[in-house]
Amino acid sequence: MKRTIYFKNKPIIVGAGSIAGPKESEGSIAKFIETKMQDDTFGEDSFEKAESKMLFNAIKTAIQHAKKQENEIDAIIAGDLLNQIISSTFAARNFRTGYLGVYNACATFSEALTVGATMIDGGYLKNVICATSSHFASAERQYRYPLELGCTRPPQAQWTVTGAGACVISSEGYGPKITASTIGKVVDFGVIDANNMGAAMAPAAMDTLFTHFNETGLTPSDYDLIITGDLGTLGSRIFKDLMWEKGFDIEKQHVDCGELIYNICESEYQGGSGAGCSALVFSSYIYKRLKEKKFKKIIMMATGALLSTVSTQQGESIPAIAHAVVVES
Amino acid sequence: MKTSNDCVNNNYLEYVKAISPKTNQKRSLLHAFWVGGTICCIGQTFRFILENFIGLSGDELSAYVSMIMIFLGAFLTGLGVYDRIGKYAGGGSIVPITGFANSVVSPAVEFKTEGYIFGTAAKMFTVAGPIIVFGVASSVLVGLLYFIGYRIF
Amino acid sequence: MILNTIFIFIKAFIVGGAICTIAQLLINYTKITSGRILVYFLLSGVLLQALGIYQFIVDFGGAGATVPISGFGYLLAKGAMEGAKESLFKAITGGITAAAMGITAAIIFGYLFALIFKSKSKRN
Repeated sequence: MKRTIYFKNKPIIVGAGSIAGPKESEGSIAKFIETKMQDDTFGEDSFEKAESKMLFNAIKTAIQHAKKQENEIDAIIAGDLLNQIISSTFAARNFRTGYLGVYNACATFSEALTVGATMIDGGYLKNVICATSSHFASAERQYRYPLELGCTRPPQAQWTVTGAGACVISSEGYGPKITASTIGKVVDFGVIDANNMGAAMAPAAMDTLFTHFNETGLTPSDYDLIITGDLGTLGSRIFKDLMWEKGFDIEKQHVDCGELIYNICESEYQGGSGAGCSALVFSSYIYKRLKEKKFKKIIMMATGALLSTVSTQQGESIPAIAHAVVVES
Repeated sequence: MKTSNDCVNNNYLEYVKAISPKTNQKRSLLHAFWVGGTICCIGQTFRFILENFIGLSGDELSAYVSMIMIFLGAFLTGLGVYDRIGKYAGGGSIVPITGFANSVVSPAVEFKTEGYIFGTAAKMFTVAGPIIVFGVASSVLVGLLYFIGYRIF
Repeated sequence: MILNTIFIFIKAFIVGGAICTIAQLLINYTKITSGRILVYFLLSGVLLQALGIYQFIVDFGGAGATVPISGFGYLLAKGAMEGAKESLFKAITGGITAAAMGITAAIIFGYLFALIFKSKSKRN
């Protein structure tokens, strides 16, 4: 069994677009974000429509940055958190290109990158867009409670990021290259608390990273950054502990998008989460740093909790997954 | 709770439990106490006014008081204030009847985007529905038991 | 008279606050959600009144005992118990008759405010 793919032709990320909600636009990566929304609804009459428009906007920006025309794009690979991934589908409705909808909860972004890079590497397609989005209000009303319900958030809860990110991967051009990818496995250690996503996802991230190091023979010091998607503060600590137990010290290299995205204060508790979290951080801050060659080699692991409201109510524990993508500048 | 998952790692679950942050026990209880007490005092104020200045009493009095409290809870929910209070007070704002109003109004406002019939009207009782169901069912049970009791003894 | 009134308010504050504190204790220790809290408190109100205990709490605490959702349960049980004295019909309908104002108010104000207000996203 082998879970790591090496891309011989090294697909290139030629452009990236990002958009963030008002709260995220004040966070620590604010100056790298292309479009900052003034208002959560983005001029639409529902949060779902707003999310779809955000994704559309991010894809448009990415195409512009890549200096491509819309008809040069072969396929859009996109996903989000809503039921039947409606945000992505409705955003793709406005493009004439092919569309593949993918879902791995918050790990969707690295899944999309893996699928896209594989298609480019195989020589089947020339330009592919990988994009994901999430919206605090639409996720909250689907997974938890109505926004106005006065309930308390437990201290281990995370905050769904309002934002979207899109990358154009191409077979030719300039930019950071995707060189390898490790496909995640569904891991479930039996965490039931749907508010404690970090603890549910950390074992999956550990499994993927450990497999990656084993199969490639690399060590943490080969990377400038080891990026996880949305483990949050608590999840990151668990993740580092688990890796340390396996014999890898990643303290120096590890960064978590969820931890990074807000100026952590009491009201977000553990940091951001959601499919848009890793996409937003990757296509703004990390992409730009890679392009400036400030980072040489990074591994990006978006982590996803594969639960639904039905599975939670039936008392199921939370399965989680993490896919890793290696990007070199 | 039983799950169909075979790879439950109890060591891990215990470890997670040990390092997860805890709610500040004393502070949350204090917040619940004073907010809950204050909401009840507001109710007492209306009770006092209706009793002494309008001359209501008995069931009518408490019915009007609860109507006013529900109005306030619903209004604050609509303004988007009640969820702030809820975040601060926890149980202190859930348990008073204003919290019941909050649990009715919040889905009603939230699901307006899905229409006035299947959005607002149908989703209105997603949180509060069980309260009506259990309330009515238990009151019928109590009524029947007492009815039988009165006839026998 | 004034002293008496102040005393009524203090009693309402303490009884109401205490009921809410019990709810908060439940939230802290068992992680149950707000919907369940409401159901449990309603049922305990019904039960305590059926056993004849809640009436004493109401007599002591006034609004402090009637404003919490357990007071709603008290109202339901009290209505049913009083109806049971008269007929089977009133034993069945008594509870919801007593609680009719609360339920009606919740539905009417709920729908009314849903028409007026719009759902807002929050920032913290």
